[in-house]
Amino acid sequence: MNTICRHMTESEHESLPCLCCGHLATRCERTHGPDTEAVRRPVARWLATALGALLLALGLAFACARADEPLPGDSVYQLELPLVDQDGTAFDFGAGRGRPRLVSMFYSSCKYVCPMIVDTLKKTEHALDPARRAGVDVLLVSLDPDTDTPAALKQLAAQRHIDLPRWRLANTDATHVRRLAAVLGIQYKQLGKAEFSHSTVLVLLDAQGRIVARSEKLGEADPAFVAAVERQLAGG
Amino acid sequence: MAQGRISGCTAPRASRARRAALAIALFAAAGAAHAAPAYVDIPATSFLSVIETGPDAKPQRIAAFALRVEPVTNAQFLAFVNAHPQWQRGRAPSLFADAGYLSHWQSADALGGTALPGQPVTRVSWFAAQAYCESEHARLPSWLEWERAAAASDTVADARGDAAWRRQLLDWYAKPSTGALAGVGGTPNLYGVRDLHGLVWEWVEDYAALMVTADSRDQNDPDRLKFCGAAALSLRDRENYALLMRIAMLSSLKAADTTANLGFRCARSLPTTVTP
Repeated sequence: MNTICRHMTESEHESLPCLCCGHLATRCERTHGPDTEAVRRPVARWLATALGALLLALGLAFACARADEPLPGDSVYQLELPLVDQDGTAFDFGAGRGRPRLVSMFYSSCKYVCPMIVDTLKKTEHALDPARRAGVDVLLVSLDPDTDTPAALKQLAAQRHIDLPRWRLANTDATHVRRLAAVLGIQYKQLGKAEFSHSTVLVLLDAQGRIVARSEKLGEADPAFVAAVERQLAGG
Repeated sequence: MAQGRISGCTAPRASRARRAALAIALFAAAGAAHAAPAYVDIPATSFLSVIETGPDAKPQRIAAFALRVEPVTNAQFLAFVNAHPQWQRGRAPSLFADAGYLSHWQSADALGGTALPGQPVTRVSWFAAQAYCESEHARLPSWLEWERAAAASDTVADARGDAAWRRQLLDWYAKPSTGALAGVGGTPNLYGVRDLHGLVWEWVEDYAALMVTADSRDQNDPDRLKFCGAAALSLRDRENYALLMRIAMLSSLKAADTTANLGFRCARSLPTTVTP
């Protein structure tokens, strides 16, 4: 039985998405309408893609310029961590070097992930200077690799209108889940099949993979955390 | 006497002999002078942990596994860091080991007079312990596996209800840890495993999941939303102070932490057998 849920009133249950309440999972199964926004205005979309590609290229160039330097000893990219994203593409955790990155861990026993973590990340991004927003990457790693297959992650990304590929949803094996949680300071415990208890932490990494800020605030953007992201986007 | 107990394990002798032969062959090939570290099979069982997540917790099924007979020693860990220099003191990234890592050794590649070869290695982080176990084609035991093996006295598989046995454990935990650590090789328990109690604390794979409160390191912030789910574990069997102390100690650690009394041993999963 879920401690938080046990402490909540029915209305609080209603306002809290399926994140914490595995046994209330059915509530989360509301379907989103088709994403009509994305197919509108093809020209704008083309422009956005081109701009995105340009930014990505710039980002890569920046990353390559720094990749030769040894990693700082406290960089979480010291951890060898093979990941697979929502497209089934294998990549290494350290591939995020060169740009600031928001990282968190989640699981999706209710099929659509912990919506509050996604919501909070979105709100955090929304609070950023729009001109700089595209400069930060987001990585969400599943605690539950058995359930959160690439296909499941892909579906989630579509349902939650997640900004791919700047956001990446990924999984890894159970041993590496534990190691990543350890370096990020995220505690979790498996309670049963596809049910976990975990601390909800958003972690901000600098371009070298050092933890520069963390936030445990859920449901709204944490001003101190937003300011820390802004500082990273402004060049540290 | 210990031999007799070990052979009382349920695993077929042939498979153990085969594993031993393989281990010997590997070591012969490597030209190592010393024998491979011994592991013994711990049979499958149903076990009720002192940690539970609900008022009506049921015993959990624990599959058979192999557990290292003794904790890893200084000499063994030295051989490991010599073979894997990235784990030497001063070279392991701070992400994986704090400043105290192997600080009692004379140097990065020598024990010196203060760290004896036969003493259990301490001042090792969770990451370093994991890396060592991988070098033995093993892993850290889970808490449940450790607790299950450590529940055995030298005569019964689950001595937790035995007041005299519990008293014996408590005597060790109550002893101040200022003296030099003894060497490994204490009295074997029912399964032939030594030093589970009375020598050092030991890392387990899931030490971070032994949550007694939402976050025992941050008790000043009772923000309930910080933690999802059944974090507030209730501890059953309050008589078992010795284990509760161990759980409390392990829960307070971070993965890069090292302490003067914290070592480890490794475990291996066994091929699963079909049970009716």
